[in-house]
Amino acid sequence: MEERWVRVGIESRLGDNVLTTTLETMINWARKSSLWPMPFGLACCALEMMAVVAPRYDLARFGAEVFRFSPRQSDLMIVAGTLTYKMASVARKIYDQMPEPKWVIAMGACAISGGIYNTYSVVQGIDQIMPVDVYLPGCPPRPEALIQAIMEIQKKIEKGSFEKKA
Amino acid sequence: MDSEAIAAVIKAKFPKAIVDSSIFRSELTLVVEKGYITEVAKFLKEDKELNFNFLSDLCGVDRIETDGVFEVVYHLYSIDKNHRVRLKVPVPSHEPYIPTVVNIWKTANWHERETYDMFGIIFEGHPDLRKILTSEDFEGYPLRKDYPVDKRQPPTLYDTYRRSKE
Repeated sequence: MEERWVRVGIESRLGDNVLTTTLETMINWARKSSLWPMPFGLACCALEMMAVVAPRYDLARFGAEVFRFSPRQSDLMIVAGTLTYKMASVARKIYDQMPEPKWVIAMGACAISGGIYNTYSVVQGIDQIMPVDVYLPGCPPRPEALIQAIMEIQKKIEKGSFEKKA
Repeated sequence: MDSEAIAAVIKAKFPKAIVDSSIFRSELTLVVEKGYITEVAKFLKEDKELNFNFLSDLCGVDRIETDGVFEVVYHLYSIDKNHRVRLKVPVPSHEPYIPTVVNIWKTANWHERETYDMFGIIFEGHPDLRKILTSEDFEGYPLRKDYPVDKRQPPTLYDTYRRSKE
């Protein structure tokens, strides 16, 4: 019978074949290829984070462009900016509301260590209230840097076990 | 009106209240005796020529180390006449009391609450002098020079979250 469709992409090379792989590789591949970030923008870093989803840097190339403003639909929390003690409980609550598996990027000097704000009101690093997977330095970090941080998260997901988070 | 003219009008009206005055880069600063502040403020707002109808800022300064006082600083602007003046009122640090200006400019309400919260300056006659920025269980006044830079007072809620992590 005559073929009525054009084969594009990977199927044009493989043809009608079966691929074997492990379930773990498959699931990790799916997870890393469609991260849904929860943007937690607190300061100027948030603007660099916004630039990442805009056309120039285009986070869609990494499958992570779907910024969700609901923690229940997200699996990557990007804490971008200065976390104050008054905001800390909110940040932790949002982290708790995200379903497992979940990952966290501490974006910028303030999120890593409090940055220049060695003051009465600022939490000296978000790792005091939640586990952090990737620390992204910069003040603020450039959008390319955030893309790299997301790629590091992808590497981490690839290596991890899908049953329990590494 | 230019700064010299404004200074002349106020000095003529309140010869005793104005302790000092200076003009720097055409910005007028008047140092006002504490007891006269309500009177001076009322005049500045209600006088037809001066017409300072906008209190653009009210804040505190800790000058205890140099002069033994707190300063309360008022930045006034006339929207109609497009001129400005800055008033500085020294308040003795051992008894930090000053009359409120809420009944003259309503916007002073939150500004005075903030100054109270940060410096512990009591605005007498303020309708609702409560903390506005720090958490309820926060003790001390963080913008005073004698408040230790590295002193942290995490709110109770923050502590619960921290413990839940461990």
